[in-house]
Amino acid sequence: MLERLAELVNEDAALVRRGRFLDVDFLVEVGEAPHLIRIRGGRVAGVESGPALMRPWRFAIRAPAEDWARFWEAMPAPSHADIFAMTKRGVAVVEGDLAPLMANLRYVKELLAAPRRLAGEAG
Amino acid sequence: MAPALEPIVGRYMTLTLAGRDCRIYFEEAGAGIPLLCLHTAGADGRQFRHLMCDPAVTDHWRVVAFDLPWHGKSNPPVGWQDEEYRLTTESYVEATMAVAEALSLERPVVMGCSMGGRIVLELAHRHGAALGGVIGLEGADHQQPWYDTTWLHRPDVHGGEVGAALVSGLVAPQSPDEFRWETLWAYMQSGPGVFKGDLYFYREDSDFRDRVAQIDTALCPVHLLTGEYDFSCTPEDTVRTAAAIPGAEAVVMRELGHFPMSENPEQFRRYILPVLERLRSVRA
Repeated sequence: MLERLAELVNEDAALVRRGRFLDVDFLVEVGEAPHLIRIRGGRVAGVESGPALMRPWRFAIRAPAEDWARFWEAMPAPSHADIFAMTKRGVAVVEGDLAPLMANLRYVKELLAAPRRLAGEAG
Repeated sequence: MAPALEPIVGRYMTLTLAGRDCRIYFEEAGAGIPLLCLHTAGADGRQFRHLMCDPAVTDHWRVVAFDLPWHGKSNPPVGWQDEEYRLTTESYVEATMAVAEALSLERPVVMGCSMGGRIVLELAHRHGAALGGVIGLEGADHQQPWYDTTWLHRPDVHGGEVGAALVSGLVAPQSPDEFRWETLWAYMQSGPGVFKGDLYFYREDSDFRDRVAQIDTALCPVHLLTGEYDFSCTPEDTVRTAAAIPGAEAVVMRELGHFPMSENPEQFRRYILPVLERLRSVRA
């Protein structure tokens, strides 16, 4: 679902504007698969998937693949509607330097939820 | 053309709370049994505006909502600039009962949401004979925290924006965008450190698991309603709490989250109108 993240975010002018002060590299782990997401000025400058040794990131968000799949449903269930619903139950983990995440929390949450639009198209 | 005025009327009054003058804003609509409404942490009484404009409610109820000191249009007490705001069980009970007394609300039904849904349990426990019942929305005697509240008040993170972004996930995905964002706007407007200060009560000073079983529901009926999308006060927290209170009733509300009265008023009235009807029939 993250393959089209750059397109989903960068075509959303309001979302890009919300993240305009953010330059950060962060990690989204889908099961065993790491995806390094590079944000520059609110735009997704790149998504690098697959193991990348010695590549630094500021914060990481990790969850099993089946939980991300439920998170990205067009109308997610209560257990998977929000990343913090998943961390509270111990399904997802958020770690690292959380300052850039919390200062831009709405932006990052809307970025993570962007693939739900694809589920809407499919359904 | 005459403006389409809503039936809600707002006023100010000064109450003495913890020995200090507090200028309190409240609004009300309707006539009948007093229904005193308590807003969520870091928000204000506007959350109840839909109930106040619903004739099915206001034909039978005098609906009153006030902003706690530091919230909405209620000022913090003089000298606030050098204080760290902290709500406690004592100050919350005092403010609520003081408003009820000042407005001569006779045996009001008190309805609170989130931290308001928590304090109504203590009100029923301590002042049950003086109340006509309590309604806890998204309420429980205790719940597990899900984030570090120090993020809510620090210079490098906008408190209003991060507060809204945190609680945004507690709004059900089915709720209309208009009301979702109006609900979040209140969080964005909250004064610095106020949401965090409310959560002091919610997290540190209100574990009521030791006393809810003593609530006399014959004297003060207890109704608990929680949205299925609320992962902060979960349906399990609410059902467990109701099970501990003999005679209490719990309902899990479909397609609603942590802010039922403001995030989806249409869906909420399906659940709240029957409860209000029950409380009215018991009183009569």
